Amino acid sequence: MEHALSLFVRSIFADNMIFAFFLGMCSYLAVSKTVKTSLGLGVAVTFVLLITLPVNYLLQVYVLNPLNLGYLSFILFIAVIAAIVQIVEMVVEKFSPSLYASLGIFLPLIAVNCAIMGGSLFMQQRILLDPENVKAIANIGDAFAYALGSGLGWLVAICCLAGIREKMEYNDVPKPLQGLGITFIVVGLMAMAFMCFSGLNI
Amino acid sequence: MALSQKTKETLLGPLNANNPVVVQVLGICSALAVTVQLKPALVMGVAVTIIVAMSNVIISLLRNTIPMRIRIIVQLVVVAALVTLVSEVLKAFAYDVAMQLSVYIGLIITNCILMGRLEAFAMTNKVWDSFLDGLGNGLGYAAILIIVAFFRELFGAGTLLGFRVIPESWYVANGGFYENCGMMMMPAMALIIVGGIIWAHRAINKEEK
Repeated sequence: MEHALSLFVRSIFADNMIFAFFLGMCSYLAVSKTVKTSLGLGVAVTFVLLITLPVNYLLQVYVLNPLNLGYLSFILFIAVIAAIVQIVEMVVEKFSPSLYASLGIFLPLIAVNCAIMGGSLFMQQRILLDPENVKAIANIGDAFAYALGSGLGWLVAICCLAGIREKMEYNDVPKPLQGLGITFIVVGLMAMAFMCFSGLNI
Repeated sequence: MALSQKTKETLLGPLNANNPVVVQVLGICSALAVTVQLKPALVMGVAVTIIVAMSNVIISLLRNTIPMRIRIIVQLVVVAALVTLVSEVLKAFAYDVAMQLSVYIGLIITNCILMGRLEAFAMTNKVWDSFLDGLGNGLGYAAILIIVAFFRELFGAGTLLGFRVIPESWYVANGGFYENCGMMMMPAMALIIVGGIIWAHRAINKEEK
């Protein structure tokens, strides 16, 4: 339990998907124009991570490892992610049209979000770690904690950036730097700030 | 063989005016993560170029038979198969680089350059054009990777491709004046360098117009 908690906190701050590994950068930069849509995408990413990561964990441990099919993991993981995104989209559309209306456009995009695939690939590496290591994922509970933490970390990151970009609308940025250029530099500065958490020991 | 105007544009456009990273904003994730040193950046650039070109060819061949509704899954499976091949080859022949690149090889699957080019180009164009488009975009991506890695390795470690460029005697430890910039090794600097490249790229291209 303690291990899962520390894994959760670490994956939000120290091992943040965006600032430490640059995962999910494309949609991160494209969608972070307003806080509201960013929040929607962040929730959708967290949600999909929370389902796909434990499923892929079970597949890796109970199917791929015993059968020695490790080299098929890329195809299997991406198929699982694409299928689950499709199912989630249909379920949300059926049971909660209002949530679907707010997430709708982002859901199909998530299948190709690197943060989702990256979460599964990092999980694959972390299974091999010594169970004493703070980064190890030793059971399904850890997989859930890691998924939730990574998703929330991504959500925090995109909401922060969207907040800054909303304010930046009113600033006088040099012409060639406007838009994408300044966004990169802002993310760089934010990443520096988040580096403070890397010494965090829980 | 003389290249026609259109062929030339398809191949060379992505290198500068239509660069996948700087202009189309695709494939940023891996562009930033693998650029601490020049060598993994080179390997990554080559791997992505091969995969984009090959997957463009395959999807272009299949473009009339893929049902619209499930095209994303078909594209993903084709790309995933190619990435698996490249990953196995790298593990066999360049194990240390493969370990350095770790998950980012697998993440080529979700690299937006691939999906972007497949959707925007290979689904509607002939095989040979698609191949050139893939090659051009892969090289454009590799070019940015190499520029970023060049600066980060030079200033962060004083080496290029593992060879020492800044002489040992310059360092403070040996009585010199120079010290490596530790910031360059941090993820944050990659973002700022790419920001700088975009700035320079836009400023120059505007002047040309």
